[in-house]
Amino acid sequence: MFIPWRSSTLKFSSHVPCHRAFTTTTPRPLMATAGFTETQLTVRDAVKQVCAAFPPTYWRENDQLAQDPAEFHAALAKDGWLGIALPEDLGGAGLGVSEATIMMQTITESGAGMAGAQSIHANVYATQPLARFGTEAQLQETIPGIIKGETRICFGVTEPDAGLDTLSLSMVAKRTADGGYKVTGKKIWITCAQVAKKMVLLARTTPREEGRKASEGLSLFCIDLDRGHPGLEMRRIQKMGGRAVDANEVFFDEYPIPGDSLIGEEGKGFKVILHGMNAERCLLAGEALGLGYAALGKAAKYAKERVVFGRPIGMNQGVSHPLADAYMKLEAAKLATYHAARLYDASREDKSIRMDEVGVACNSAKYLAAEAAFTACERAVLAHGGMGYAVEYDVERWFRECLVPRIAPVSREMILNYVSEKVLELPRSY
Amino acid sequence: MSALRILVPVKRVIDYAVKPRVNKAQTGVETAGVKHSMNPFDELSVEESVRIREKKSAPGGVEDICVISAGPTKAQDVLRTAMAMGADRAIHVETKPDDDLEPLTVAKLLKAAAEQQKSNLVILGKQSIDDDANQTGQMLAGLLGWPQATQASKVEFGEGDIVSVTREVDGGVETVRAKLPMIITTDLRLNEPRYASLPNIMKAKKKPLEKKTLADFGITGEKRLKVLKVMEPPPRQGGGKVEDVDGLISKLKELGAI
Repeated sequence: MFIPWRSSTLKFSSHVPCHRAFTTTTPRPLMATAGFTETQLTVRDAVKQVCAAFPPTYWRENDQLAQDPAEFHAALAKDGWLGIALPEDLGGAGLGVSEATIMMQTITESGAGMAGAQSIHANVYATQPLARFGTEAQLQETIPGIIKGETRICFGVTEPDAGLDTLSLSMVAKRTADGGYKVTGKKIWITCAQVAKKMVLLARTTPREEGRKASEGLSLFCIDLDRGHPGLEMRRIQKMGGRAVDANEVFFDEYPIPGDSLIGEEGKGFKVILHGMNAERCLLAGEALGLGYAALGKAAKYAKERVVFGRPIGMNQGVSHPLADAYMKLEAAKLATYHAARLYDASREDKSIRMDEVGVACNSAKYLAAEAAFTACERAVLAHGGMGYAVEYDVERWFRECLVPRIAPVSREMILNYVSEKVLELPRSY
Repeated sequence: MSALRILVPVKRVIDYAVKPRVNKAQTGVETAGVKHSMNPFDELSVEESVRIREKKSAPGGVEDICVISAGPTKAQDVLRTAMAMGADRAIHVETKPDDDLEPLTVAKLLKAAAEQQKSNLVILGKQSIDDDANQTGQMLAGLLGWPQATQASKVEFGEGDIVSVTREVDGGVETVRAKLPMIITTDLRLNEPRYASLPNIMKAKKKPLEKKTLADFGITGEKRLKVLKVMEPPPRQGGGKVEDVDGLISKLKELGAI
């Protein structure tokens, strides 16, 4: 028997084994990989190797102690993964959303779950509008540092009083005499704000009453988060899952930011972030799929090994059929997800692909993947019986986390509204 | 000291984590649809070559690191991996599905390749984890008439093309010294291979990969060995548990062991 020996050169805290862990994944992964490109499969293999150094014990402990998985973020940054979808001349790999999505799926599927994904999510996605619309100086100042992992970034859009109604955001950035802005208002559900140095922030530069169109008057900024500075406060939100990664309410009160932190044109911020929203749906769909496959794999293994009444419980169709059904749902959602990602990537070059076509595909993918993941995670807990409720078996953690892709970045109901309106051409209800 | 031109043979094998299954015809193991990766001992060879360059441990420097693999089209995957780890270029010797190369054939191929590429150092894995033959390196040294240092756990360079290789042997370590050109085969303790980083994976796509055939090296895939039958080892018989020491003693007495 040949024993793998390889270790990472990173220094981990004591609870992380330095040597490459024996993989507990089945030799033949559940997900069918036919149809993926060679690059996608290379990404999947390589990311899997990085993740193998972070076993379930690491994620369990970080979840329970609400401790940031900084070592994991550092390991991915060290090998260049944070730059997967950023331009090559800034140190990125210049790959598309198709590759970034499979990276996110591989991360959650490794057992890291949503906590692992969320620790880097914004670095991959919130940097997209910046890379596309930022000035040369803004790019040089921020992007290389983010790719290297020296700077972490968070995404500040959601507000407590606006929710999904992004156009009614009330946070104000007011011009000051020195050409800068002063920001006042609240943001909520800001992931990683406690550990991020920068924030991509959407704020109103023209009052809603004065703007000609609802979509105008919002501007996008890339600002420094100086936690010691008066006028900036944040409060961590206690939450159901992904507890290792902080989510916050962030309060700004006359917090000064320089004029050159504006990304793109003033008042055009909504259009700028719209660009990244479809990409984010794909990433979330991938993350959901990974959770689902991880939970299903664990459930199948348990059903095969657990013997009750003198035979493995998986021999009972009452146990096996729900799992088989969950598998098919995941496979279908996978096809929808990578179709959407492919369409998104193709739409950059191919102008004959309509934006609403991409939007429908990305929203459908997010919806289907989130539902399939929920089904798989719930059934995985149930297949484990009492053990499914125990932290040690991981499925309860993934079950708690699989609610995230169902709710964020857009609810199921809003996706149904969107499809009703854009595809079925039914009148809008809100 | 001469600048090093390192040739690193790599092999695509069934991944170490996969439990191989014997095929129905009992002629070999099932390879279709099974995950393959680079032979782990070859990862050590690639890593060592790249480290010699990075750490500037050879006084004459490293001029070239060329990886070579003989196998089906898919063998290009491991060549790309090797280039992502830091090799400069690759040669793929495409074989037909029924070309099952024996160690001697591989050694002859590598001899021709080493001469063609003007290599002065060949670093091979001590064995591949599929056949576990542990022959190719030694045969290659014999064919080329070069010195060999097998199962290396440490490689050091001195002046005047002198290379010292430490190898783990029963009861301790042994250090051998030879002069370039030479053959080194790698063992587990030599280094810890790196994972390919994303930027290097991207760079590897642009590195040159030359496609060749056995005939280009004047080799025919003739076989000297014939596999008669491949079988699974018999399943292990389970042992029995005893309650306590007295139980153990009476069991041993029963079996006539004491």
